[in-house]
Amino acid sequence: MAERSFKKEVLKLTAGEGEVFTGEGILAVTKGLLQSGVAYVGGYQGSPISHLMDVFADANDLLESLGVHFEASASEATAAAMLAASVNYPLRGAVAWKSVVGTNVASDALSNVSSGGVTGGALVIVGEDYGEGSSIMQERTHAFAMKSQMWLIDPRPNLPSIVDSVEQGFRLSEASNTPVMLQLRVRSCHMTGSFVAKDNVRPPLTVGEAAASPVRDTDRIVLPPANFLHEVEKIEKRWPAGIAYVRDNKLNEWFGPEESEEGIGLIVQGGLYNNLNRAMELIGLADSYGVSKLPIYCLNVVYPIIPEEVAAFCKGKRAVMILEEGQPEFIEHELNTLIRRAELDTRIVGKDMLPRSGEYTADVIRKGLAKFLEAYAPALAPQLEAANPLPAPVAKEIPQRPAGFCTGCPERPIFTAMKLVERELGPTHVSADIGCHLFSILPPFNIGNTTMGYGLGAAGASAFKPKEGEGSKRSIAIMGDGGFWHNGLTSGVGNAVFNKDDTVTMIIDNGYSAATGGQDILSSRAENANRVTKNPITKAVRGVGAKWVRETHRTYDLKGMTSMLREALTTEEKGPKVIVAQSECMLNKQRREKKATSAKLKAGERVVRERFGVDSDTCTGDHSCIRLSGCPSLTIKPNPDPLRQDPVAHVENSCVGCGLCGEVSHAAVLCPSFYRAQIVANPGKFERFKAKVSGAIMARWQAGADKARAARAF
Amino acid sequence: MTIANENRITIAILALGGQGGGVLADWIQEVARAEGWLAQGTSVPGVAQRTGSTVYYVELAKPDGSGRLPVMAQMPMPGDVDVVVASELMETGRALLRGFSTAGRTTLIGSTHRIYAIGEKQAMGDGRGNGEKIIEAAYQRSKRFIGFDMDAATDRSGSVISAIMFGALAGSGGLPFAADTYRAAIEHSGIAVKSNLKGFQEGFDRAQQPVARPDEITHDLPVPTTEQGRALAARIAANLPPPAQANALHGVAKLMDWQDGAYAALYLDRLESVAALDAAPFELTAETARHLALWMGYEDTIRVADLKTRASRITRVRGEVKAGDEQILSITEFMHPRLQEVCETLPAGIGRRILASKGLTKLLGRFFTEGRHVETTGLRWFLALRTVAAMRSIRPRSLRYIEEQERIEHWLELVRTEAAKDRELALELVLCQRLIKGYGDTFERGLGNFQRIVAEHARAPRDAAGIRTLRELALADDKSSGLTEALAG
Repeated sequence: MAERSFKKEVLKLTAGEGEVFTGEGILAVTKGLLQSGVAYVGGYQGSPISHLMDVFADANDLLESLGVHFEASASEATAAAMLAASVNYPLRGAVAWKSVVGTNVASDALSNVSSGGVTGGALVIVGEDYGEGSSIMQERTHAFAMKSQMWLIDPRPNLPSIVDSVEQGFRLSEASNTPVMLQLRVRSCHMTGSFVAKDNVRPPLTVGEAAASPVRDTDRIVLPPANFLHEVEKIEKRWPAGIAYVRDNKLNEWFGPEESEEGIGLIVQGGLYNNLNRAMELIGLADSYGVSKLPIYCLNVVYPIIPEEVAAFCKGKRAVMILEEGQPEFIEHELNTLIRRAELDTRIVGKDMLPRSGEYTADVIRKGLAKFLEAYAPALAPQLEAANPLPAPVAKEIPQRPAGFCTGCPERPIFTAMKLVERELGPTHVSADIGCHLFSILPPFNIGNTTMGYGLGAAGASAFKPKEGEGSKRSIAIMGDGGFWHNGLTSGVGNAVFNKDDTVTMIIDNGYSAATGGQDILSSRAENANRVTKNPITKAVRGVGAKWVRETHRTYDLKGMTSMLREALTTEEKGPKVIVAQSECMLNKQRREKKATSAKLKAGERVVRERFGVDSDTCTGDHSCIRLSGCPSLTIKPNPDPLRQDPVAHVENSCVGCGLCGEVSHAAVLCPSFYRAQIVANPGKFERFKAKVSGAIMARWQAGADKARAARAF
Repeated sequence: MTIANENRITIAILALGGQGGGVLADWIQEVARAEGWLAQGTSVPGVAQRTGSTVYYVELAKPDGSGRLPVMAQMPMPGDVDVVVASELMETGRALLRGFSTAGRTTLIGSTHRIYAIGEKQAMGDGRGNGEKIIEAAYQRSKRFIGFDMDAATDRSGSVISAIMFGALAGSGGLPFAADTYRAAIEHSGIAVKSNLKGFQEGFDRAQQPVARPDEITHDLPVPTTEQGRALAARIAANLPPPAQANALHGVAKLMDWQDGAYAALYLDRLESVAALDAAPFELTAETARHLALWMGYEDTIRVADLKTRASRITRVRGEVKAGDEQILSITEFMHPRLQEVCETLPAGIGRRILASKGLTKLLGRFFTEGRHVETTGLRWFLALRTVAAMRSIRPRSLRYIEEQERIEHWLELVRTEAAKDRELALELVLCQRLIKGYGDTFERGLGNFQRIVAEHARAPRDAAGIRTLRELALADDKSSGLTEALAG
């Protein structure tokens, strides 16, 4: 079960011609696909595209009723390979993932499908994870589009434009036999808005029908000599066809007057258009409806660039500023080339006045624009007010808030165990992976030396062959269940077995692809009506030949966890050591159990709740416990002791009673301040009686002690 | 200042993962649409979902009747935000840091409660950021600042913080919409309507009130209740300088509770010996009063057993874990007494003999390697702990007591010697007691660091600043690597 349910929202996807659809960007994209008669969809979750996958999954019934085939692909490579269905058949297909990382994974299949070309429209929807809040390396998908020759659409960020791009994307793909990428920036995926819907369209040909009458055309397969023909075809046929379609159907847009008095103009990536307009509005060059005083050429298709459109726009202008986010500045380079070829003198201004890196927010654009105007149209240049940053003495009080493990997360004790074992055996090289567990690199754990990509944790440790004899140390690789199935089984475990790697691989199995929003995967323990789950990781690991395999079903058992890890690091046995640490993602578990518990309470049934606490009068405020946990519910509060000054540890009511606090205070020999409270609602008769009797005895005793204390008190 | 567009309202919401910032953003859009405005919301969830801070942005536009759609921004622009809602004090600070709140324009609604960040929590001493500075800046950098403890408001109303924020937004009058439209949005969502409406009202009402600063903890001075107490209080009033009296009163009360009146009198003897060397402003005496009491009231098994089994403690836990009167509460402690601690509780002769004997240590040590789950609400463990607590009467003969008194005397001797020459230096040495805290490994590390600093000072005397630096280094990381480096260099 995914973190967020779209069951209610997907009902909107049935909207017909003329109805106003209001919702999130990703739902709009789905609606656009259905309006286009898409025959199959696939993809892999990852921010900002996770919700799109969740929408597909929750809309499964609707997709089926329309004859649309949906797969939650094993990886982006799998998803991209699905596009094979559009090579020989007039099937429209769409796949989606987080870019640029997903595109990296998919690149082999993407190269193949772009080389052979497509018959049916093939759309790759990439969630561009760039700028604020991004969790990956800052690279551009643009480079992939260029090197494989796939067209790249970067629509203006409003729902009508995005839906229109989906529909146009398919047509463009078919008109030019080229797969098309549709780039959605993070905020556009989660942006709400409205558009006027059209009827959903059943695919004219379904994947089942295509499979029933196969078509074979060896010219579409990447093998000599066809691959050389593809290259020629790309340049001579598909490129001109693509350019013609974009030009004839006016996929790019123009705003403002054709010419300005100052002889300047602006070219902008579609996705940045709104930021540009806001920046211009605030310096009086546009209104809030996009009525601009300067000519703007808006590239909804950022690749290919249409030479005649560029030449027509730049002609007669002294200088044109290109607003292009990210680097390298591919568009700026191309514009310069096109200007030279058109024998124009227009000066192309770009990264010389705009920052080379980082997101182009409205504020950044405003500053760049001001520079541009000062140089080429001083009369229009705004007087920007001086920045008024928060003074440093105040600013330094505001702490960083790095992401961390959730309250009660089953991954936390694994890293606590690693820290404790590290105290005994000294630090080891730790190869981390992608997933929630990567939060281990942040405080308070500070564990992890590198991360090489999704499912590459074990592979990232493979180079570290321990030296012989004294001081020999095994490196540890961490991998989540998501990464394991994504490609860790083969590239990590299989590789380690084959090469006799003497490493320790910790596979963290929380039952879901948790970091991306709790989607089910092969080893999920959940029942899933549409997928096959419950395939144990240990079985797969043994299947590729791993011998030393250990498994725990309760990661909170800190003692067990540490001894397993200690053994893996010190055993005489050579070859890869694999530990599968298994406990359910607490976020998902709570979502399920909270409902059940409140139903029980309502029905008057006996319910046991557990949580932890700290006695503030025995806590001395060293916070060792926090440094071994970092649980959000384990926090600090002012010291109630008038003499002590350091804050004491404190457990908030959000505690789910996972038990780690107690295990830590035992294993690390910390203070006796922690307690576990067990609260029984609707207790049984005998239970009540027993509590009453022992309570009465204790109360007498305590009364005596209180009296004695009062006698010697201040 | 950027001129606001009268037909547009921009709203930034700063919240932590799990606080329902997305729900709040949706509600606001629903209200706006119901009132005939256009609304757009965006956010960047990603990893921020997992306890990080997140910014949600909502933009509202009044249609001009032409049917044209305005071009909306996707994120708050510094200097161009009309309303900021922040769910926590430092997130309010972050809104200021990012320039979202502008003097003369922005209605800034921020909670004054704290959710400490990991960097603040994991510090070995006190790593908390100063909230007072944020509140000052919030006033200066907004048109109107509405601040109150939204966490407490959430508790009071049995609701969620997003409902409180929604209510405060409605109550702030920062948006031109009727309160009933807000309520309708909550009703329309159909989830937890009753409690959300309650939370809404709580937030709405709070927004009308002046800014409530976070509660400061104040400690009332202990008032003597016994003859002995009155005598000691009189002694404090007569012999100690006024700046030290509050700490001394707390100290005496603590030590009488910890041991008895005679022990408290010993405390005053020791304290007076330092006070005799002090002069205005008497900081040395005041801090000695604090740290001497803390050291003399060290945590041993007797003390822990006593505190854990007091009636007042059980009542406190009941409140803390929110156990209802009809519910049964049982409490389990996680104790890990090692042979070391057990021997320290025994009379010094016996304790020393066991620890000195390899055979005995090995033989008895086996029983104290495991942590124990001690159920204090069960009769068996309750009585066992009461028995340990009763050992208070023979505490002065225990190994630990004798060791601690020796250490204390050493320390005081050093303080007195230095105080005669350099009071500032003496004060720094007093403050070093702060390093000694905790139990087990933590205690040993702290004591070790304290002793290393004192030994270093004996070898190559430092001035006040030098001692302060060493103390701060000892608190910088729990591997004491900074201190070790400084001592080596």
